[in-house]
Amino acid sequence: MADKNNLIVYCEYEDGKVADVSLELLTKGRQLADKLGIKLEAVVAGDNLKDIEKQIFPYGVDTVYKFEDSRLYPYTSLPHSSILINLFKEIEPRIAFMGATSIGRDLGPRVSSALHSGLTADCTSLEIGDYTDVKTGKEYKDLLYQIRPAFGGNIVATIVNPDCRPQMATVREGVMKKEAKDSNYSGEVVVKEVNKYTNPEDFVVDIIDRHVEKSKVNLKGSPIIVAGGYGVGSKENFDLLQQLADTLGAEVGASRAAVDAGWCDHDRQIGQTGVTVRPKLYIACGISGQIQHIAGMQDSSIIISVNSDPDAPINTIADYVITGKIEDVLPKLIKYYKKNSK
Amino acid sequence: MSLNIIVLAKQVPDTRNVGKDAMKADGTINRAALPAIFNPEDLNALEQALKLKELHPGSKVTILTMGPARAAEIIREGMFRGADGGIVLSDRAFAGSDTLATSYALSAAVRKIGNFDIIIGGRQAIDGDTAQVGPQIAEKLGIPQITYAEDILSVDNGEITVKRRIESGVETVKAKLPLVVTVNGSAAECRPRNAKAVQKYKYAAVPSEVAADESRKEFIEKRPYLNIGEWNASTVDADLAQCGLAGSPTKVKSIENVVFTAKEARRIENNDEELENLIKELIANHTIG
Repeated sequence: MADKNNLIVYCEYEDGKVADVSLELLTKGRQLADKLGIKLEAVVAGDNLKDIEKQIFPYGVDTVYKFEDSRLYPYTSLPHSSILINLFKEIEPRIAFMGATSIGRDLGPRVSSALHSGLTADCTSLEIGDYTDVKTGKEYKDLLYQIRPAFGGNIVATIVNPDCRPQMATVREGVMKKEAKDSNYSGEVVVKEVNKYTNPEDFVVDIIDRHVEKSKVNLKGSPIIVAGGYGVGSKENFDLLQQLADTLGAEVGASRAAVDAGWCDHDRQIGQTGVTVRPKLYIACGISGQIQHIAGMQDSSIIISVNSDPDAPINTIADYVITGKIEDVLPKLIKYYKKNSK
Repeated sequence: MSLNIIVLAKQVPDTRNVGKDAMKADGTINRAALPAIFNPEDLNALEQALKLKELHPGSKVTILTMGPARAAEIIREGMFRGADGGIVLSDRAFAGSDTLATSYALSAAVRKIGNFDIIIGGRQAIDGDTAQVGPQIAEKLGIPQITYAEDILSVDNGEITVKRRIESGVETVKAKLPLVVTVNGSAAECRPRNAKAVQKYKYAAVPSEVAADESRKEFIEKRPYLNIGEWNASTVDADLAQCGLAGSPTKVKSIENVVFTAKEARRIENNDEELENLIKELIANHTIG
C-alpha cells in the first residue's frame, strides 16, 4: 500500500455498530477529501468486526483498515494508540479525525504526542483554506481549518497545523451531519496484523468490570427541549422546568452554568462541551446565551427565550422572547397548555 | 506502601460565568475582569490524591503547575487542603504553548521531580477544555493513562484500580504503577481547607514572591516547608525548540467573536392573554401537542 497522504477517520465500534459520531466524521471527511482530491480512509480496531466495512463504505470510503483481536475490545488506550501511531507512520495521512468521545479524547492526544502532530479538540467546524505565517511570510495551501469555541466558549478560534502531519481533530457527536453518499460505494479492505502494530506491553490495563448503562436521557432525539441556565436561580425552579417538560412531552436540558451549579446532571448539558441538539422547539429558560451554549442549540427550528433580562444575548437568536421570571412564566405556560391541548 | 503523588493543576480564568465586561470592544479577552481560580477538575484530582495519602500513611502529595509566579496561589490553596508542597514551572519560553508544548514542559518537570508513583490531574481545564495534556504527558513519559476517572478505588502491590465514568456507563480498570490518571468533574468534591494547614502554610511562597517582600525572607528561611519550588526551562533541562510557540505544532490563525444572525424576535408580554395566545399558536402549528 503506497497510498499516502489521505484523510482517515478512526471509527468507534460497539455492539456491532459503527458509532454515529464516526459516520458523521466520514460524511464530513468525504466532503473535504473531494475538495482536496484525496481518498477517504477509515480505520477500525476491535473484536468481532465481521463485515463492518459494509457499514462504512456507503459513506464514500475508499479504504478500510481492519485490526481485529479479542484484546482490542473493550477499548484501552495503549494498544489502540500503538495501532494508530504505527499505521500513521506507514500511510502518513494528511488529515485524521476521531470522535470527541471518552475514546477519541483519550486516544487522540496520545497519538498526537507520539507523532508530534497538532490536535485540536472538540471542533465545531472543519474547512479547507490557505494560511500565511505572519512571522515567516511562508504560505501554506489547503490546510485544515480547525474551528472551535475557546475560552469557555466566549470566542471562536481557527487553528491550523502548518508543518506537522497528520492534521488531527476531534468532533463531538451530533455536530456534523451524518449522510451516506452511495449505498453501492465500494472500496478496499486492508486486514492488518495486530501484533505488528502493537507491543505485548500495551496490554497492561485490564478492564475488570464494565457496566454499560443505556442513557436514560435522549436529548438528541427529543423534538422539544426545555433547557435551563444559571438564571433559573435554584434547584426548586429547575423542578418547574421538569414539570413543563413533562407536560409537553419534552426532555430537560441545561447550560453548563446550571450543571456546574448542581441543578442538573452532566448528561443533560447542551453546548460545546455537552450535546448538540436540533429540536423542533427549544425553550431556553434563564439562559444568557454564551457561545458555548448557543453552539449546541442554534439550529433548533423555533427558539423561545424566557429571561428576566430583556437584553440577554440569547434573545438575538430567539423567535419568541418572554421577559419575566421563570417561577412566574412557566406555571402559566403549563396551565395554558393543559387548558388548550385537548 | 507510601506513595509519591504528583497532582497536575492549573490556575485558570473563571470562564464559567463570564459577564458582559469580559470581552473588550476589540474582541479580545479582558482577563482582569475574570477571577483566577483553581481549575475545578484539578480540585477533584487533588481530592483523589489526598484520599490516597490518608489510606497510605507517609505518602507525599506534590502539586505541579505551569504558569506565572502568581500560580503559587493554587499551590498554597492545595497545601491548605492537605498537599505537602508544590512547584511552579514558570518561564517566558513557555509562552504561547499549545497542549503538546505544555505537556512537554510538564513532563520535563515530572522527570526532574523523579520518583513518583501516580500523576493525577483534572480531565481538562475550563479555559481550553481540550483534555489533552494528561494523555500527552503519559505518552511523553512512556507510561499508561487512565482518563475520565471518577474514583481511585485502591492502590495495592503496585497496582491501581480505578472506576471510570464514560458515555456508555461505568468501567472499572486495573493497571500497574506508575501511570497518569485524569479525573472527571463527577468525582468527589475536594475537601475544604483545614484550619491548621492554613495557619501552617499561609506564608508559603515561591522565591520570586519572597524576593518581592524582604521582610518574609528570614521567616521563610527558617521554615523550609514554606518554600514552594519555582522552576524554569533550564531547571528542568527543557529543549527550547520544544517549548512555547516553537514547540507548538498548532497555530492560531484567527480569533473571532461570534456574531449570530439575529432573528426578528417576537416579544411576548408576560401576561395571561399573550402567553395563552402563544401556546395556542404553537399548538395550532403543531409545534407542540
